[in-house]
Amino acid sequence: MNDWIERQRHLLDFTLTSLARRKTKNIGLLVVFTLLVFVLASVSLYTQALRSEAVRVLEQSPEIVVQRLVAGRHDLIPPDYLVGIGRLRGVRSIETRLWGYYYDPVLKANYTLMVPRTRTIEQGEIVVGPALEHTRGLGTNTGISLRAYSGELHTFLVTDVLPHETELMSADLVLMNEDDFRRFFNFPDGHYTDIVLSVANPREVRNIGLKLMEMLPDARPILREEVLRTYNSIYAWREGLLLALLSASILAFGILAWEKSTGLSADERREIGILKAIGWETGDVIRMKFWEGFVIAFSAFLFGYVLAYVHVFYLRFFLFEPVLKGWAVLYPRFALTPQIDAMQLITLFIFTVVPYVAAVLVPIWRAATTDPDTVMRS
Amino acid sequence: MLELIAIRKAFNQGKPNEFWALDGIDLEIPQKGVTVLRGPSGSGKTTLLTILGCLARPTEGRVRLHGELISGLPERFLTEIRRKTFGFVFQQFNLIRGLSAIENIILPSYPTGERRSVLLERGEALLEKLRLSHRRDNAVEWLSGGEQQRVAICRALINSPQILIADEPTANLDTRLAREFLTILKLLADEGRTVVMTSHDPVVADSEVVDRVISLRDGRIVPDLAQVFAQAFG
Amino acid sequence: MLRRPSSRLFTIWIIALVAMTASFVDAWRLARTNDAAIERTAELVEQLRLTDPVLFTEARYTRHPTQADLHSAFQSHPLALEHFPSGTLIPPTIRGAYERLD
Repeated sequence: MNDWIERQRHLLDFTLTSLARRKTKNIGLLVVFTLLVFVLASVSLYTQALRSEAVRVLEQSPEIVVQRLVAGRHDLIPPDYLVGIGRLRGVRSIETRLWGYYYDPVLKANYTLMVPRTRTIEQGEIVVGPALEHTRGLGTNTGISLRAYSGELHTFLVTDVLPHETELMSADLVLMNEDDFRRFFNFPDGHYTDIVLSVANPREVRNIGLKLMEMLPDARPILREEVLRTYNSIYAWREGLLLALLSASILAFGILAWEKSTGLSADERREIGILKAIGWETGDVIRMKFWEGFVIAFSAFLFGYVLAYVHVFYLRFFLFEPVLKGWAVLYPRFALTPQIDAMQLITLFIFTVVPYVAAVLVPIWRAATTDPDTVMRS
Repeated sequence: MLELIAIRKAFNQGKPNEFWALDGIDLEIPQKGVTVLRGPSGSGKTTLLTILGCLARPTEGRVRLHGELISGLPERFLTEIRRKTFGFVFQQFNLIRGLSAIENIILPSYPTGERRSVLLERGEALLEKLRLSHRRDNAVEWLSGGEQQRVAICRALINSPQILIADEPTANLDTRLAREFLTILKLLADEGRTVVMTSHDPVVADSEVVDRVISLRDGRIVPDLAQVFAQAFG
Repeated sequence: MLRRPSSRLFTIWIIALVAMTASFVDAWRLARTNDAAIERTAELVEQLRLTDPVLFTEARYTRHPTQADLHSAFQSHPLALEHFPSGTLIPPTIRGAYERLD
């Protein structure tokens, strides 16, 4: 056993000295490879973390949200809707929601204005989300004027800011009093934006949705499971920008592997011939070449992953911020919680290290099996 | 010690350009002593050398080492025997560029799995013996021809083989270096090693170090007329 | 001792592996530290009946992807399918059994 270890170390010694002969080229290779792993690992770590958190908190989102569609567009919920829904068996509770969007020309950003049901807000007061505080400067006891569609200016006093730790879900919210809301938006009495239902038996959710649609043909139920499904595949590789990014990485990687695999130079062939002539077996040559590929690939894997981890969780994924933020003005500043799983790591390893090592080994197969006497005859 | 029995070697067998380099060789190499294979180019002396040193297998015939049949062994066993028994010095030296002298020298021992410190010790001892210690860490491409050959000889000796095989060792050396080489050869012969080499250099063939000359022609051993005369009338 | 190439390599690898292990430990630590905050966020979701995180605030119809109706995306122009970059980051919400509606 010790012999075997020492033998591999000898082969490694030779490989490393061999790589050092073309230092610049091989360091360049290592850097590019590390960068590749870095990009893939960063994206993987980030999306995994975000997805897990989003799905976890959205487990608490409403079981069914009922919207009304008129000619394919959202319309308000009329009072008689509630009567109908109230008659549905299996519905444990019905609650109305009042919410809408407000465009702030100062920031050129949209806020989500909401009337909370579990919290009382006095008239003239608002509670804002953390992004409004850090981007719009609205701390407690500051005032803001909002212009309604009618042209009127409505002034509100900020009495509280939602906790920063909830920023992922609350960043752009403005919670206000119901009367203020209706007055601001000229919202007709008795009408609501949509309705949320809670269901007695979770397994009945779909059936209730179907019954709802039968009863109210212009109703459109949105189930929690659909919400979760959407966010379970957020930032998945299938989506446009991410797919482009990943394709570029894979392409770069392919070029790397191709460069390695396009045949052996005469020098390399000669060298293998010499090694065989002086007493190396075919197996030794192949193992040596394996180390050559593995040294670079594994090093890149380790460096790339560690750098990616620091980049995502300590540097806030800053290199990709423009991609994620898109054209948004308001963007939540939230701390990501890592969700590392073994599958992720293994997949990364298999898709980076294995192809590269294969690309190094395949072209030398033939040369490694040549007879040792060829070097005498050349 | 090393026996070749009815050896025949063909290249491109079955193809239109089939060529028999060796056509029936019976040869015995005794323990100790320097043997020179002589002959015009195309006589098959290099091919004979490769078969003697187990670098290639004969198409027909058998090779015996210490009485054991080795020509039919699978690659792994043959390579191990070759490593332990033979050391090779090539005409072109065939050192690995970019590596230092000592690194080149210990290279053939890598597959044995011996400790690196042991290998370095052996290599340094060989460098010392051939008066090349001062070149230990120099890259081999920067060494002179004579120095490169001495490195090649050290490399051939790293596994302490009984038999040293050299292909045209003085072909790339001037007379002075050729004589130097023969001095080294004497050293090795005195140690009790066996040396087999090809050469058409008269400096070598006429040297007193050489115990035996075998002439080859068209893949066969031919009696050396000069030797026959010398033996008959000498 | 470190003059041997493979020794130097192993030292580098060991350092990198230690760093990697440290990252796993750190991940575990962060998960524990942030757990309470995530719980409170979930509570907020429940209290305010929220359905979408605040990730795509470019336009109103990107803000709540799960609640969006089909037509708003075409408001600007019939062919302006991916008007905002965020459209390339999130898939359309797949409706459950309600193919006949959507």
